[in-house]
Amino acid sequence: MKISREDVLKVAALANLELADGEVEMYRGQLDDILTYIDKLNKVDTSNVEPLTQVVAAASDDSALREDVVVRADIITEVLEGAPDPSAPYFRVPRVIEK
Amino acid sequence: MSAPTSWTIPQVHAALNSKQISARELVNEFYARIERKNPELNVYLALSPGRAYAQADRIDAAIAAGDSVPALAGVPVAVKDVISTHGTATTCASRILEGYKPPYDATAITLLEQAGAIILGKTNCDEFAMGSSTENSAYGPVRNPVNTDYVPGGSSGGSAAAVAADLAVVSLGTDTGGSIRQPGSFCGVPALNPSYGRVSRYGLLAYASSLDRIGPFAHTVRDAASVMSVISGRDPRDSTSSPADVPDYSLGLDKPLHGLRIGIPDDYFGEGIDPEVRQKIEAGIHLLEKLGCRRVSIRMPNTDYAIAAYYIIATAEASSNLARYDGVRYGPRVPGATLIEMYQKTRGRLFGSEVKRRIILGTYVLSAGYYDAYYLKGQKVRALIARDFREAFEKADVIVTPTSPVLPFRFGERTSNPLQMYLADIYTVTGSLAGVPGISVPSGKTSAGLPVGMQIYGPAFDEHRVLHLAHAFEQAGGANL
Repeated sequence: MKISREDVLKVAALANLELADGEVEMYRGQLDDILTYIDKLNKVDTSNVEPLTQVVAAASDDSALREDVVVRADIITEVLEGAPDPSAPYFRVPRVIEK
Repeated sequence: MSAPTSWTIPQVHAALNSKQISARELVNEFYARIERKNPELNVYLALSPGRAYAQADRIDAAIAAGDSVPALAGVPVAVKDVISTHGTATTCASRILEGYKPPYDATAITLLEQAGAIILGKTNCDEFAMGSSTENSAYGPVRNPVNTDYVPGGSSGGSAAAVAADLAVVSLGTDTGGSIRQPGSFCGVPALNPSYGRVSRYGLLAYASSLDRIGPFAHTVRDAASVMSVISGRDPRDSTSSPADVPDYSLGLDKPLHGLRIGIPDDYFGEGIDPEVRQKIEAGIHLLEKLGCRRVSIRMPNTDYAIAAYYIIATAEASSNLARYDGVRYGPRVPGATLIEMYQKTRGRLFGSEVKRRIILGTYVLSAGYYDAYYLKGQKVRALIARDFREAFEKADVIVTPTSPVLPFRFGERTSNPLQMYLADIYTVTGSLAGVPGISVPSGKTSAGLPVGMQIYGPAFDEHRVLHLAHAFEQAGGANL
């Protein structure tokens, strides 16, 4: 067994996911299958291989970068309209600092 | 000329310019079709009539004034619901973004409208583009217009079905591990995944940023080429978009093929492929030879590791990208006593099952103690797969494979085992990891009438070569093999 019930709960907590009891066991079994399958990568010799994080070659002359210029978007009202609990010009969340 | 059912871009252009139909009438026609067929097919999640008619009226006014109109003038387009449309709900087929209306347009949308295209609405897909059948949509699956007992493929199943069912002339999908090409294959329409960096991702709600791409579905390869000429190019808002020149992809498609070398990875036709798929692709390769192409055998030795590398990298990136959906800035919120509890309940209850599975896997492979064994290893294997393509393109001009090893399947047939579903992405994830362009083009139908798709890969930024061969194949009757 590659992954335990506790592993699933720990990872779910890291990812801020509440899981129902049935989900924990279902994901444990499925992730076990997937991780066992992924083990086949151990058969590949990658000792002299550089990891490929991104297929677009980084531009040597920084041409991919632009000037960092402040531009007014003026969309605060529109953005807040889509929020579940707006309090202009803020997003309101449950209390995080005790009185 | 009577009005066609399956309008192509040149037909729209001709009908508008000869005043046989107005853009407004064309939009009326497509919305009437959608009203008739959408209840059964579930292709569209949202429509944007205000925007569509305003654009149609601009086109009609230009034509009435005798002005010349741009390339895609009046062309009705469907857009996958992971691409931002200002003021029109963009949900990624997820409950966690229910009702979310982006305050801006994706660059691809801006470019389409500047070229005269008409955005009809947003198409259904697997939640956050995670899936191969659209069965992971929070709003119910899409039905395959070819046979409604079958899935349309995914994740861009709605965009593929929109074109196949004549509910749009062209559409945009997104592809991370095959999500344009595989539904194109299942619904029997050409579907292009461009090179990574060819089309700006600005406004695309990210799944796996190093893999995600936007590309077209169309009735013809030529129409797909016309859309590519419009949506491609450098965008200052996406630092990974390429400054490489954008040619007119629709030019030169009819030139002869002149001994093009088609590379066939022989071991792609062994175990695990449906016999009818193999037969249709072999017939397709034979047709390419008759068109003057030369078949060469190539090796892609690391293909067997592609699925494992892909599901490490894609889920790792997804776990990071989807951290932003937390009930604070957009979408609904499930209340909780504390901030963390609110995050956990909102994410736990509003993300669907496959999305949570991938977030958990991605978080796991990135977590302390596992990063080197999984994430770093996956990226090294990714480098080997990219090398396979480079070496193959030294011997061959294009690579030809099946798009999917399996035929369209029935609803529920493959949902119980996620790993089995992932394994069917084998021919598409390789190109996703390598960043190269690939098209799926119809290559016959089975005895039961189900479409088969042939995939053509080309070197990075040589979309034209891929489109050229796909066009020749289509013109030679590839769809009727």
